[in-house]
Amino acid sequence: MRLEFLSLPENVGLARVAVAAFVAGRDLQVNELEEIKVAVSEAVTNSIIHGYKERSDGVISVTASLYDRFLEVVVEDQGKGMSDPNQVMKPGVGTDPERVGLGFMFMKSFMDEVDVWSEPGQGTKVKMVKLLPDKTNTPGNSRENGG
Amino acid sequence: MSLEIEKRDNALIVRVYGEFDLRAAEFHRHDIDEKFRTQGAKHIIFNLGGLTFIDSSGLGVILGRYRKVTENGGRVAITNVPPRFNRILELSGVNRLIPVYDDEAEALRELA
Repeated sequence: MRLEFLSLPENVGLARVAVAAFVAGRDLQVNELEEIKVAVSEAVTNSIIHGYKERSDGVISVTASLYDRFLEVVVEDQGKGMSDPNQVMKPGVGTDPERVGLGFMFMKSFMDEVDVWSEPGQGTKVKMVKLLPDKTNTPGNSRENGG
Repeated sequence: MSLEIEKRDNALIVRVYGEFDLRAAEFHRHDIDEKFRTQGAKHIIFNLGGLTFIDSSGLGVILGRYRKVTENGGRVAITNVPPRFNRILELSGVNRLIPVYDDEAEALRELA
């Protein structure tokens, strides 16, 4: 699935709901789905706030790919980028006091793998991988949608 | 997301319904500050019973209000947290800064 949209705050919800709908056929627990939604929300929010500095005419793309054992989500912008993406992944690094530097921490906590590529002026690409239950035992297995 | 804001005793009760993300944060942050000021409240109680989603933007609004209110000697409390949001509150450290109560009545008693 690939979705492109403008860097508007109302599109954060669109992005996470689209990815959640995309994985709906898989046997995910409610909390796993919630974690994917938060991670997508954080990546798209970063593109809007940091990549495009709240400009509303930037374009953000979300690409989701479903494999047997994992979901891969790539969130990409052509915004201002950064020279040291590893720096922003440290907890507590944030510029705005109301934005508490939790975004990457949630992405890393809720997904199994998070990689960031960025260059100043070249935009930012965030790739996140979430391991999924093996779909070969999906029908009629005993996993319950707890929560 | 929508908010229901009510002043009880000296606390502003903010009931949150829906998805607390970037859009909601930008839209409602000033609302809360404005009501807090005009109603002359000292404390804030966030009732999250109607919450259906929260991320760092929503938590940022709660933490931002916490900073402002505590600077002026007030306190902040959270109530009615749906169990699915316990982990995100724990991970963010919000529940170490802000006490979490079962309901508004309990929070009001503690803040009194």
